[in-house]
Order: sequence, then structure tokens, then C-alpha cells
Amino acid sequence: MERAGSVAYGTITSEIRPGDGTPLEPRLVVTRRTRSDLWFRGTAYSAGTVVLLVLGLIGLFLALQSWPALHYMGLRFLTTPAWVPQSQHGHPASFGIGVAGIGTVIVAVIALVVAVPFSFGAALFISEYAPRTLLGVLPFKSALTSVVDLMAAVPSIIYGLWGLLVLEPHMIGLSRWMSDHLGFIPILKVPRGDSIYTGSFFIGGVLVGIMLLPIVTSLSREIFSLTPVAEREAALSLGASRARVIRDVVLPFGKGGLVGAVMLGLGRALGEAIAVATVISLSFVHNWHIVSPGANSIPALIADLFGSGGKLGREGMLAAGLVLFVFTLVVNTLASVVVGRTRARTR
Amino acid sequence: MTMSLGRRAVGVPPARPITAGREAGEMVAEGVCAWFGKRLVLEDVTLTMARNEVTALIGPSGCGKSTFLRILNRMHETIDGAQLAGTVSLNGTDIYGLEQRAVEVRRHIGMVFQRPNPFPAMTIAQNVLSGLRFNRLRVANPDEVVEEALVKAGLWNEVRNRLKALGGDLSGGQQQRLCIARALALRPSVLLMDEPCSALDPTSTRRIEQTIGDISHEVTVVIVTHNMQQAQRVSDRCAFFLAGEDEPGRVVEEGPTEQMFGNPDDPRTRDYVNGQFG
Repeated sequence: MERAGSVAYGTITSEIRPGDGTPLEPRLVVTRRTRSDLWFRGTAYSAGTVVLLVLGLIGLFLALQSWPALHYMGLRFLTTPAWVPQSQHGHPASFGIGVAGIGTVIVAVIALVVAVPFSFGAALFISEYAPRTLLGVLPFKSALTSVVDLMAAVPSIIYGLWGLLVLEPHMIGLSRWMSDHLGFIPILKVPRGDSIYTGSFFIGGVLVGIMLLPIVTSLSREIFSLTPVAEREAALSLGASRARVIRDVVLPFGKGGLVGAVMLGLGRALGEAIAVATVISLSFVHNWHIVSPGANSIPALIADLFGSGGKLGREGMLAAGLVLFVFTLVVNTLASVVVGRTRARTR
Repeated sequence: MTMSLGRRAVGVPPARPITAGREAGEMVAEGVCAWFGKRLVLEDVTLTMARNEVTALIGPSGCGKSTFLRILNRMHETIDGAQLAGTVSLNGTDIYGLEQRAVEVRRHIGMVFQRPNPFPAMTIAQNVLSGLRFNRLRVANPDEVVEEALVKAGLWNEVRNRLKALGGDLSGGQQQRLCIARALALRPSVLLMDEPCSALDPTSTRRIEQTIGDISHEVTVVIVTHNMQQAQRVSDRCAFFLAGEDEPGRVVEEGPTEQMFGNPDDPRTRDYVNGQFG
């Protein structure tokens, strides 16, 4: 098919003659962009590309830098519990994330179990129940919102120190109570029936959970407040109580977004280093008793041991970082897939 | 107990439950005023909406018609800073009485909004039954309830074969009739309609006007409308609301529709119904 004339102005790609057997073809339409539009598009495109590029380069850097360590350990890197990157007493160097990898997940799961119910509750309170003002003058709702956002701005190390000096002493009693009374659940048991209950996965997880509160609360509050007023009023006008409106309108509407909020929280929990490193007692033995001392996680491992263990140790650290990088990438991708799906189904 | 004794002392009738549905109710508003924050938007509205009649609230935008309508089923108080004065009674019971619960009141006084607002993630049948669900009312024959409500709302023939389709998949006019069916499924005594046709095409509008005529023998209808022809077509009585600049809305005149359109007492009413302003 001949295309005559300048493409820029849009051309007829075929003459439309219905009925004479030639198939109909759509006409080519070209949108001519103005200079300012082109300029803006260019800027936006390159900004978007830079983000992807940086992400790709980080991955590439990690892969290249950690290659010697990964090559040295092979797949055993994923299962080896110990971290001995230099040969000692005639034993060859051997290191991996067998304990740290699983520990990362344990810390994150405990953190979510702590954070999610409190965050959803707080978010529902702020968006559904909190009065706009107290006594008609104090801006209650916006104050609560800012306090929550402010919690997110507190640096990790402050949480870490607070966790070590304030939280941990207070968690020991709870840990003991749990192992005494809920010890029939294997993970809450402690070996030999008693323990000092410090530096455990549980304390690390609770601390990270507290750190997640502001993020998950803030995101889910935002989602709840997006519930269309029309749907809320429809339910109210049919005699629904506030609790009903939450159950039958607000939560179904927010479903997808809430999954996203939890997943973003999970991403944060997986990557939290300083606070976890501050409170846990680093251990290289699998510890399934979450209230007894001894814990590990990839970011805490890196924070604690980076720079030790010579060249291979450094490369091993980067390999651990690579695993964490890939892992969080997968979690976040899954999150966006889930969010996209739920929204498509309800909207 | 002491509370109701005290109320009796000042001449308020004793507490009694709102008469349950199945028959139309009479609504009486007396001296109703409304504020948003410190701004008075409605002043001293007294109006009787008689049993089995269709009352149209007409008037230019911003004169308090919708606010008044929302006071009639206690939706007004769901807005932050909204306040009111006066009394509103359904069949002689003050719906703002201290012993009344807003959720209960709304169950007996249904509402249809300006924009169709079905629950998009619920099926058509679930939408119709949602009011029963919210109120934890169990019925032995949900299918019949669905059919009856959809028939009354004039939607049954169009959706009878796809009751499991989502409420959000219907056209605008169908969605609005679904909302009417949803409100009717609770067998309210009164149905409030806030410009129910303003977002709809003429055909859908006619269907809804038909529906209003069909249901008025079993439910008292109060409808806000900007469409004078519609007010003339569907209503038995009209109340003309008007607000001056920086002044709250008031009822200028009310009476039988025929008189309001044919021979109104107030010149402002005449001008408005003849399209001179508003």
C-alpha cells in the first residue's frame, strides 16, 4: 500500500470503497506535538528512564562485585549458616546466609503481625471515628495524622537505641510469660525451660513492627479516606451503622490498597538494618525459639560485619546484599501485581 | 425513665417506636433551622408531608432544599459541623428524640441521591438486599424481596436474567432505579429523593417519574427537583424554597401543585415557576 505525502500531517493509507472487495483499513492519524510538549515529554521520559537505569545499575554493581564470593561458595552460599570468610585453623573460608536469610523473614513476619492490626485500627480510627476537632478548637484529626507521619521521620538508630534501652527491658517479662503459658506452641518454647529473653527475634521483630506503624497507618488511612462519599452515604441512608459502613463499604473498597500497604511495610521490614542490629544478639545457629536470645538478618549482618573478613568477606557481604535486593524486588513486584488484580476485580 | 418523665413535663409526647413499614407515613417538620458551622442555611421551615402524597421541594440552587431533605432522615448530622433546630416527626414520633437511633430512623425513611450510587462491587441482587443486610434483617424469601423491589422500581424486566451482574455494570438510569429498588426493599414509610433524575437522560427520567407514581400509594415521597415540569408531573404538593443573598433559605410558599403553578400567592413563586429566574 502506497503512503503518499508527509506522514506528519496524517495520510489516507487506502481509499475507502466499501463493497468493492478491498478490505477497509483504518486511516493513519498522527498527533503533532507542540515544542513545549515535546520538551516536557523528553524530560519526563528521561527522568523515568534514569530511575530504571539506577535500579538496574545497582543490581549490576552488586552482581559484579559479589561475583568472586558467589563463585567461591556456589549455591552453598544460600544454605551455609556460618560467616567465616577467611580460613581459620586450617578450615577453609565458608560463609553464607543460611541463618540470616531465614532470620530476615522471621523478623519481617513478626513485625507485620505486630504492625498490621494496630496500623489498620489506628487508620480506621483517624479516618472514621476521630472528631475533626476536640472541644471545637483543637484540631484533633490533623494532629493525629501529623504525629503518625512524624513517627516515620524518626531515624532508625533512634528506634534502635530506644529498643535496646527501653523496649527490651519491658519485653523480657512478656517474653517469659509467652514461653511459660504459650510454650505448647513450639516456636514460643525456650530451650532448657528458662532463658534471659534478650536479643531475640521477637524483640527485633516487635521493634521493626513499631517502626512500620507510621508507614502502614499512613498509607491505609489514605486509602480509607478515598472511599467514595456516595457509597458511604448510600450505606448510611439504608440504616447501616458506622461499623457496618466500615465492614461493607470502606474495607471492600480499600482491599487492594491495603495489600499494597502491607507489602510496602514488608519491603521496609525486610530491609531494616540498624535498629535490628542494635537490639539482637547476632547468632549463626538456626534458632527457632523466637523469644530466646540469638537472631540474625541479612541487613543486620551487613551492618554488623561489613568491612571485616578481608576481600572475600566484603564480596560476601555484597552477595548477601544482592540476595536481599532481589528478594525485596520480588516482594514489591508481587505487591503491585496483587494490588492491580484486586482493583481490577472490584472496580 | 427519668429522662422520659422530664420530657413529658415539657409537653413532648412519650417515647414510642417509629411505626414499622408496610404503609406510608406522615412527616411533619416544625420550625426547622440548619447550620453548617456558624452559618445558618435554613430558617424556620414548617412543612407537612402528607401520607401517600408526593411533595416536591423546588427552588433555585443553594436555597437549602437538599439540606432540608437530609434533615428528614438524619443524614444532615453525618456532616462535620452540621447542626439543626426544630422538630421532625414521622407518624407523630420525633425522629430526633433522645430515644431514637439514627440508623433506625433511616431504615424507615429511605433516600435516593442525586447521582446513582449502587455498591459497585455487589451484584444487582446483593444491592437490593444490602439494606436488609446492614440492619441484620433476615427474610425467608430473599429472591421474592429482590423481585418485588425491582418490579416496583421498574427495573425487573431489564435485569431479571442477570441478577448476578455487578451493580456498577448497569447504565446510569438503571443504576438509579436499582438505588430506588434498594431503598424500597426495606419497605420504608417515606422515600426521600434528592434530584434523582438530574444526572439522567429523558427516557430514564420518564421511567423514574412513572415509578414515583406507582409507589406513592404505599410510600410517602418527598422529591427535590430543579425541573418545573417534573414537579408538575409527579407532585401533589409543592414547597418553594428561596434564599436571599447571604440569607438562609426559607419556604416562601407551599400548597397544592396545581395552585402553586396556576395561581400562586407570592409573586416570587410565580416568577420562579414561570422560569423568570433560578
